[in-house]
Amino acid sequence: MSDKGIAQKVRDTQVWKSIFRHGPPDNARNRAAVIAGNVFLHLHPIKLKKSGVQLGYTWCMGGLTFFIFLALTVTGLLLMFYYRPTAEYAFNDIIALREHVPLGIMREIHRWGAHAMVITVWVHMFRVFMTGSYKPPREFNWGVGVILLVLTLLLSFTGYLLPWDQLAIWAITVGSGMAKATPFMGNAGPGAMLARIGDFVMVSDKNDVRFQLLGGRFVGEPALLRFYILHCVFIPLVVGVLIAVHFWRVRKDGGISAPL
Amino acid sequence: MLRELVNKLSDPIISFPMVTIGFYLMLKYYKIVGTKKFAYWTTALLIPITTWFLADPNFFSIIKTPDNIPIIILLLLVGFVTWFAIHKAAENDTRIEAGLCPIEATPENREKVWSWPNLVYTELFAMIACTAFLVVWAIIFKAPLEESANPTWAPNPAKAPWYFLGLQEMLVYFDPWMAGVVLPGLIVAGLIAVPYIDTNPKGNGYFTFKERKMAITAFLYGWLVLWVYLIIVGVFLRGPNWTFYGPFEFWDFHKVVASFNVNLSEIIWIKMLGVGLPKNLVIREIFGIILSVAYISLIPPWAAKATKAGRELFLNLGATRYYIFMFLVLMMTSLPIKMILRWLFSLKYIVALPEWELNL
Repeated sequence: MSDKGIAQKVRDTQVWKSIFRHGPPDNARNRAAVIAGNVFLHLHPIKLKKSGVQLGYTWCMGGLTFFIFLALTVTGLLLMFYYRPTAEYAFNDIIALREHVPLGIMREIHRWGAHAMVITVWVHMFRVFMTGSYKPPREFNWGVGVILLVLTLLLSFTGYLLPWDQLAIWAITVGSGMAKATPFMGNAGPGAMLARIGDFVMVSDKNDVRFQLLGGRFVGEPALLRFYILHCVFIPLVVGVLIAVHFWRVRKDGGISAPL
Repeated sequence: MLRELVNKLSDPIISFPMVTIGFYLMLKYYKIVGTKKFAYWTTALLIPITTWFLADPNFFSIIKTPDNIPIIILLLLVGFVTWFAIHKAAENDTRIEAGLCPIEATPENREKVWSWPNLVYTELFAMIACTAFLVVWAIIFKAPLEESANPTWAPNPAKAPWYFLGLQEMLVYFDPWMAGVVLPGLIVAGLIAVPYIDTNPKGNGYFTFKERKMAITAFLYGWLVLWVYLIIVGVFLRGPNWTFYGPFEFWDFHKVVASFNVNLSEIIWIKMLGVGLPKNLVIREIFGIILSVAYISLIPPWAAKATKAGRELFLNLGATRYYIFMFLVLMMTSLPIKMILRWLFSLKYIVALPEWELNL
């Protein structure tokens, strides 16, 4: 008893044993158990081909994209404590965040992380293309990945408006301005003038897709609220579901790609 | 003197053909590009050039904008990963030519290893490194915040977030319905369609260029030249009124660029035929309409018949896949085509139907 190390003593306690139901992962049985028995780690296979763990092959970009997504979720949650999405308060809340929170870097991490996530998701896609990993049987998962890429851009885009400064509203004005040129569904798009009955214009700036997106004819308070909800709740929920599908299919389609 | 030359060269009229030629050379001599020696020499060459760029106050004032820092990270990363992918592909192609298997397929690499510790520790390390990187970045650079939103005062230039600037740059050549809606939609649809169009079974799970030349060339051209390059132009070279400014040029609000762009219908009816524009819209634009329809409906069958590569592709893919592939490629190349027509003939629209908001 006395020649046991402190680590072994901790491992022998009832508390430790209740949390980790297996010994240290230094033998085959426990290495399998640690992956299979842990809800977070069980996303991994127990064993995988050596080529699939090499950094030179994976570049780790997909994993980092997910990690940054989690980091953005946490920092975003913290920011939500300080931020009110109204034209009256939004900008001042950001100022207050900057002025009154000592050593605060949550907004910085959130903003730079958002940019970083766009970059890592692009590079992940580049790697997947260059290794031909979209080829059968992984065609469907590539499609899920493309949707996730689009949603990443939309997450970043909707978040861009929230500081409610000049940079924000004009970038969103330029970006959302494209929606009014949507064929048939935007008031300045081709085909919109076909949708009129006599003098009654069916697609106008009061009801086209841009109006639905912004909740108005310009980037105003309704747009702020819409973008806030899209950014904090709606898109993250969809992304969360699709990430689950994406990861599940990585495993079900035979794990990370390797030569057939 | 040298700075003026760089300013001139970076104008898309010159830099776009240069980038395209550079892209072609990169793939043609990919085995040389993929050597470590090439990477060392390029880096050695780029360091003094970058230093020289940064020493310029005008260029530095654009670079130091906080939201432009991610673009610099993107450029460094894209440069590196492009080289790295080519490096890996060249290595594997040399092995395949020698009758060996790709490195990823060696018995040693096919061997199964435990996720714990091999995979989870790599992930842990990557997460720590990423966290450290983000924290340092966040401490050094404050998140940008300008004056409070003012709907009555538009900044000039008003730019979209940087990852959409490639699309905003396309607005120079296309109307919003194309640049902002149709082409981005086709990018997404085309990307999703990639695995269903590319029936080549080779190159699945390892880096190679030789076995997938067509797929990689098409994808890389879209990604590097039409996406990343246009973002660079949109971020660094477009100033007030979306006018071109060289990297060393001061963003002078009064810079006037003469532009007399004309439509195809005006060139043909007025300049060549010497008659006025016909009243009937369809007759007025008939040449542009015929050209546009012919572009997407005649080129694919012609290529399948007349060219060797086209015939092989048609036989390999079958009619449906072949046509979808050609359609996507033609839509992609419509951008460089419109750029070149603009620069050569000051052409504004091939089909100009502002009455229907339908300009091509």
